[in-house]
Amino acid sequence: MNIKIVLFASLRETLDSDGLAFEVAPASTVASAIGALGASCGDAWLQVLSEANVLTAVNHTMVDDNHVLVEGDELAFFPPVTGG
Amino acid sequence: MRICVQTEDFDSGAEIIRLAGQSNGVGAVNSFVGFVRDNNEDTHVGSLFLEHYPGMTEKQIEAILVEAEQRWAVLSATVIHRVGELKPGEQIVFVGVASPHRGDAFDACEFIIDYLKTRATFWKKESTPDGFRWLETRQTDVESADKWKQPT
Repeated sequence: MNIKIVLFASLRETLDSDGLAFEVAPASTVASAIGALGASCGDAWLQVLSEANVLTAVNHTMVDDNHVLVEGDELAFFPPVTGG
Repeated sequence: MRICVQTEDFDSGAEIIRLAGQSNGVGAVNSFVGFVRDNNEDTHVGSLFLEHYPGMTEKQIEAILVEAEQRWAVLSATVIHRVGELKPGEQIVFVGVASPHRGDAFDACEFIIDYLKTRATFWKKESTPDGFRWLETRQTDVESADKWKQPT
């Protein structure tokens, strides 16, 4: 199934990508999508996206690594927030 | 409620007047304005770049305002957060709350800015003499937000 990956702030700069259209196996979790991104885009992706402080959101809602993805999801990765 | 994420500057006075004019039941308007400092952690800051996650950021701010409305007597609330490149002395964020009485306006306003700092998808990058650096979450900001947690 097809999902959209988006990256923000330091993650975008470290991986030199603001995101991509990506294909994962049906019923993939966020964790398995990270594994697939590592296999497809390189070890740096696996390393950066697996860091403990990286936050994830699906369709603008915060989720954890066990969240199950569905076709068309927008999966976002970003560092802890620093606004205000 | 009024939520704006924008590159343009804002007029705090006009925002306060707008909040006060929402109803004749308004007895107090409390506001907070955040500014760009020219230094951080003993380093000179030449400029600040603010990034956000369009769509998600606005949704998170709305959730924060809804929670504020549930916890305090809030007649109207405004959050304006700027993004893009900002220079020292420029305004970054406006939070305003209109309430029947000052206690609710003070508390709701502080709650909103504390939650904005720790829950809304904004990221700051500073330009320093040593180059650019992304800011990291301050522990004091996390502690400020934690004080509003309610027992579950």
